[in-house]
Amino acid sequence: MEKKEVLVLKDILGTNKKIAAGIREKLRTKGILSVNLMSSPGSGKTTLLESLAGRLQGRFRMAVIEGDIETELDAERIRAKGIPAWQITTGGACHLEAKMVGKVLAEVPADLDFLFIENVGNLVCPASYDLGESLRFVLLSSPEGDDKPKKYPEAFLSSHVLVLTKADLIPHLPFDPARARREALEINPCLEVFEVSALTGQGMDVLEAFLVSALEKLRSGHA
Amino acid sequence: MHELSLVAGLFEILEEKARDEKALRVTAVTLRVGRLSGVVPELLETAFDTFKKGTIASRAKLRIEVVPLKVRCRSCGEESLTDEPVFVCSSCASPGLEIMEGQELTLQRMEIEKDG
Repeated sequence: MEKKEVLVLKDILGTNKKIAAGIREKLRTKGILSVNLMSSPGSGKTTLLESLAGRLQGRFRMAVIEGDIETELDAERIRAKGIPAWQITTGGACHLEAKMVGKVLAEVPADLDFLFIENVGNLVCPASYDLGESLRFVLLSSPEGDDKPKKYPEAFLSSHVLVLTKADLIPHLPFDPARARREALEINPCLEVFEVSALTGQGMDVLEAFLVSALEKLRSGHA
Repeated sequence: MHELSLVAGLFEILEEKARDEKALRVTAVTLRVGRLSGVVPELLETAFDTFKKGTIASRAKLRIEVVPLKVRCRSCGEESLTDEPVFVCSSCASPGLEIMEGQELTLQRMEIEKDG
């Protein structure tokens, strides 16, 4: 019997990263801007998408991939807005992986402008999985508290955009948007920060303009 | 708690490498886990011990090397090593430190037994 030490040096997330890179390239070639939305459960990801659906409809074509542990509820909410939606139920897994998205993509039409992927509500695990998105959004709602960026740094570190949601509730809460913004920017100074209320429409025009400009950049090859 | 899914990925790499090496069994596995990889070493150990049953690594020991955070300031170039996540330069107070190490999740090496 021979004993041997073997050097491996392989990234455990390597397979996921490879699948994600393939998805990103495929979507980019088709001129589709893909957005991965991450946040705790109840931060308003689906409500934000419902609001965006109302704003983009007519001028842009969008579709949504919903990730949840159980139920079709979120996909049904999006479909009720007239937007095609696919539900991935992970059956217990706390995050989406690139291969789950890849499977659904086969059914998603290619003539799209925006593809939103709503991750499983969880501010920890989804941060480790690239889904092949062009932009990663992290949402933080005012009731969650302004201390979350420092407590869950990975999610903020890996995102391009921070959306502070439920801004209409800020006057009633001890939530300091300046602190949330400052501490998130300390972690990741490249973050674009938006403060919105999907319910009242506050700030949604600025977020919508950002998305449209990101789509233009992607198509002109500057993204 | 995505450690189980990470361990599933780990075993794909491990079993392929063991086949390439014509290993009879894997006796030890060493991972490098970054301080800021989003992974809890203890949970990774539990997931590994659950997953290894019935595999070529059924009796393998898991060793985890936790990699501290190594950051470099984009403004003044100061490099520092830390066990706690810091995002502001300790020397010039600039934010936006470049992370050089501490996010990795690597199957570093394994010990195998083979005929010979």
